[in-house]
Amino acid sequence: MTDAPADRPATLDRWSARWSAWRLPRGLHPGAWWLWALGLATAASHTTNPLGLTLLVAVAALVVVRRRGHAPWALAFRMYVWLGVVIVAMRVVFRIVFGGGQGGHVLVRLPEIPLPEWATGIRLLGPVAAEQVLGGFYDGLRLATMLICLGAANALANPKRLLKAVPGALYAVGTAVVVALSVAPQLVESVLRVRRARRLRGASGRGTRAFRGVALPVLADALDRSLALAAAMDSRGYGRTEAVPAGQRAVTGTLVLGGLLGVCAGTYGLLDTVGPGYLGLPLLLAGLATAVGGMLLAGRRVRRSRYRPDRWQLAELLVAGCGVVTAGLMMLAGTADPELLYPPVSPPTWPELTPLLLLAVAVAAVPAWLAPPPTPVPKDHI
Amino acid sequence: MITFDRVTVRYTEDRPPPLRDVTLTVEEGELCLVAGRTGAGKSTLLRAINGLVPHFTGGTLYGSVTVDGRDTRRHPPRDLADVVGVVGQDPLSGFVTDTVEEELAYGMEQLSLPPAAMRKRVEETLDLLGIAELRDRPLRTLSGGQQQRVAIGAVLTSHPRVLVLDEPTSALDPTAAEDVLAAVTRLVHDLGVTVVLAEHRLERVMQYADRLLYLPGDGRVVDGPPAVVLAGVELAPPLVELGRLAGWDPLPLSVRDARRRAAELRGRLGEGAPPAPASAPESTTVLSARKIVVRYPGTVAVAGVDLDLQVGQVVALMGRNGSGKSSLLWAVQGSGPRHGGAVTVTGAAGAVDPKSLPAHQARRQVGLVPQTPGDLLYLETVDGECHQADQETGAAAGTCRALLDQLTPGLPGDQHPRDLSEGQRLALALAVQLTAAPPVVLLDEPTRGLDYLAKRQFVALVRGLADSGRGVVVATHDVELVAALADRVIVLADGEIVADGSTAEVMLASPAFAPQVAKVLAPAPWLTVDQVAATLVAEREPA
Repeated sequence: MTDAPADRPATLDRWSARWSAWRLPRGLHPGAWWLWALGLATAASHTTNPLGLTLLVAVAALVVVRRRGHAPWALAFRMYVWLGVVIVAMRVVFRIVFGGGQGGHVLVRLPEIPLPEWATGIRLLGPVAAEQVLGGFYDGLRLATMLICLGAANALANPKRLLKAVPGALYAVGTAVVVALSVAPQLVESVLRVRRARRLRGASGRGTRAFRGVALPVLADALDRSLALAAAMDSRGYGRTEAVPAGQRAVTGTLVLGGLLGVCAGTYGLLDTVGPGYLGLPLLLAGLATAVGGMLLAGRRVRRSRYRPDRWQLAELLVAGCGVVTAGLMMLAGTADPELLYPPVSPPTWPELTPLLLLAVAVAAVPAWLAPPPTPVPKDHI
Repeated sequence: MITFDRVTVRYTEDRPPPLRDVTLTVEEGELCLVAGRTGAGKSTLLRAINGLVPHFTGGTLYGSVTVDGRDTRRHPPRDLADVVGVVGQDPLSGFVTDTVEEELAYGMEQLSLPPAAMRKRVEETLDLLGIAELRDRPLRTLSGGQQQRVAIGAVLTSHPRVLVLDEPTSALDPTAAEDVLAAVTRLVHDLGVTVVLAEHRLERVMQYADRLLYLPGDGRVVDGPPAVVLAGVELAPPLVELGRLAGWDPLPLSVRDARRRAAELRGRLGEGAPPAPASAPESTTVLSARKIVVRYPGTVAVAGVDLDLQVGQVVALMGRNGSGKSSLLWAVQGSGPRHGGAVTVTGAAGAVDPKSLPAHQARRQVGLVPQTPGDLLYLETVDGECHQADQETGAAAGTCRALLDQLTPGLPGDQHPRDLSEGQRLALALAVQLTAAPPVVLLDEPTRGLDYLAKRQFVALVRGLADSGRGVVVATHDVELVAALADRVIVLADGEIVADGSTAEVMLASPAFAPQVAKVLAPAPWLTVDQVAATLVAEREPA
């Protein structure tokens, strides 16, 4: 019907229309960000190469900066970075204090603190070797990177929205967690308010009496608030369930409890090498199936709908996929060049990058462009 | 719509029941106002409508309450959620989610409405209440009036036939209260929602009410048109008292009603002016604050404010929520942050800055009663608190108790402070602070939750403090209180002083701050019913 030159722009138009629909600002499903971040954290756990780890932190920061929203939790990333710095510092300090003194490149000789007989094997201070410090630094950096990756997920996705995505049977648990999360800042607020008020009565703010003076009004306040909240939730229809016959309630309860017991026993059997074989994987799977069945049965009783649920679309799939691919590539790199991913500290060598590691980091960075941009900041926020 | 049939509510056997043998019917589309003293059973009445009494609170309910044909005995509150929407006194403590939009959807999710309907109703409600621009905002960052409107919206999305509001404007400044009430009247007039509303500040709502349920406190409910019921009530808003004084029948409920009938009264009052308040002859400055600055991250709460206070003077600090009133008081006292400026208190010990003193000495210079006076109290009994206050300040044993008896005589010493009424708790907190004998007393929003009688006692109490040689600053939204109490009014906006002058000057200058009597009798400079009454008596006597 149409010839080739006319057809091509039409296809292009369609693709550009799709692309702009794709680029419409929206919040990504929180599960996608968490999968991506877990992938990055897994990748970080498979290397101590400081260059690779630093690149992963940089990538996490890049994605956070480009794709975080304007909500309060989006500012939490900085806090996680600081926490990471503290972790690295702690690791290095611990290695210096309880050094052990391995390695030949002694940087500085600290006076050693002699310990009694029963503490043999522990050494306080003494000569500090470069290997020791480097080992602590690598270890700490790995832990810090994993933490920062999770911090990135926290900054990118509202943790509360993740709770909204739980299945119906766990709805009550999810609500309890949400309420508990919102109580924490309120509690801090009332502690500050009451402490300020205590100063008006000339209290010094120290000692058991001061503690009592703050704790009692705060607890009374918290109790009042939770009663008010419970009344509000009740009058707004929380917990409306269809009438369930007592028999069915007992059945679902037994299924969930029995299933969870099975899961516990199965896990124990799996980890315990001595026990009989049927205690392991089979019991775990059977327990899991029973519990899930019970939850599904219970979930059918919950009658509620969801307002604007997060949908799992192609973008979510790609972002989560980037995380999984990053983790996979890093594992692959680990089997290919183990000594480059775990650079030896003794003797200290200059860390090198491998092509696979670079590729993993590059894939991890893709969501910075691939994910739809966050919803723009409302004007009155600025 | 709502039927109470011989309802008696009893919480414990040894206390008189808050509601006794109440029979009443609220028709569809009515705006029904519930009034009465603190503790008279207003909340019990409201909470019985959706079954929170007795399902949630405990106690025993005799008789039956029926809403839209559903008996609350067989339907717990959650089953009535699609018929009755309840908004509590503190909207923030009733919020379940954390942004406006999610909060509006929460109730509908519980009713399992289809997503398309939810989406539509959220948009409609945002527009109806004028909060569309707030949709993504975290609930905690909203102002009081916005929070109240969101709380109303959050129950409205379930399309309830009845809306129950417990003191919706008590914590709001006059403008925010107007916004909330405008939204409520729109619901009544446009959607035919039945509204039951409890409020202490009758002057704000009585003109909108179709009927009044008055709870005298003995378990009865007096039911009738507002003008008729208010005629038999001992304490009423200024407009009603003015109407009684002038002998108007029926009583006026709005400024417009009163003004149309006030020509004769204005004539009787003639050209006369209220007696000028007896200002203290020796005006010693007891507090002098210069260029006070308080900053919070991102905002300047107080921007270089000067404040002078004379001995025996009561100064009212007014301004909308968040205009820096509390920050200023705390900065003057020295316990709150202060980033600039100087404060000098000239007491018995000479001139000092309370900020430079340790906390237990600062309270001897400036006593501050915070917005929630209960924060100051933490012991189990009234006597315990009084004893503790004497010890803290090194005062003679019994000082605090004596002060408390001056403020409210006969408070049982073994009662728990949390069981006291709002007014009694305020008096106890004030007595604790006065035990240190500070020459300056600061009160932050003291009349929240006080009824007319308690407010009248409070006015007498504060005047007594001023007459005994103290300087008092009261931060408040309550226009009528200021008219009856203050010598001087300072209006703050965005941390700056926009008006400072005698009460009459400031209050007569702007309609937002004018008390009802002034609005009725303008342009004559009358502020309170007491002033008018005194003048009328004085005129009659020589004749």
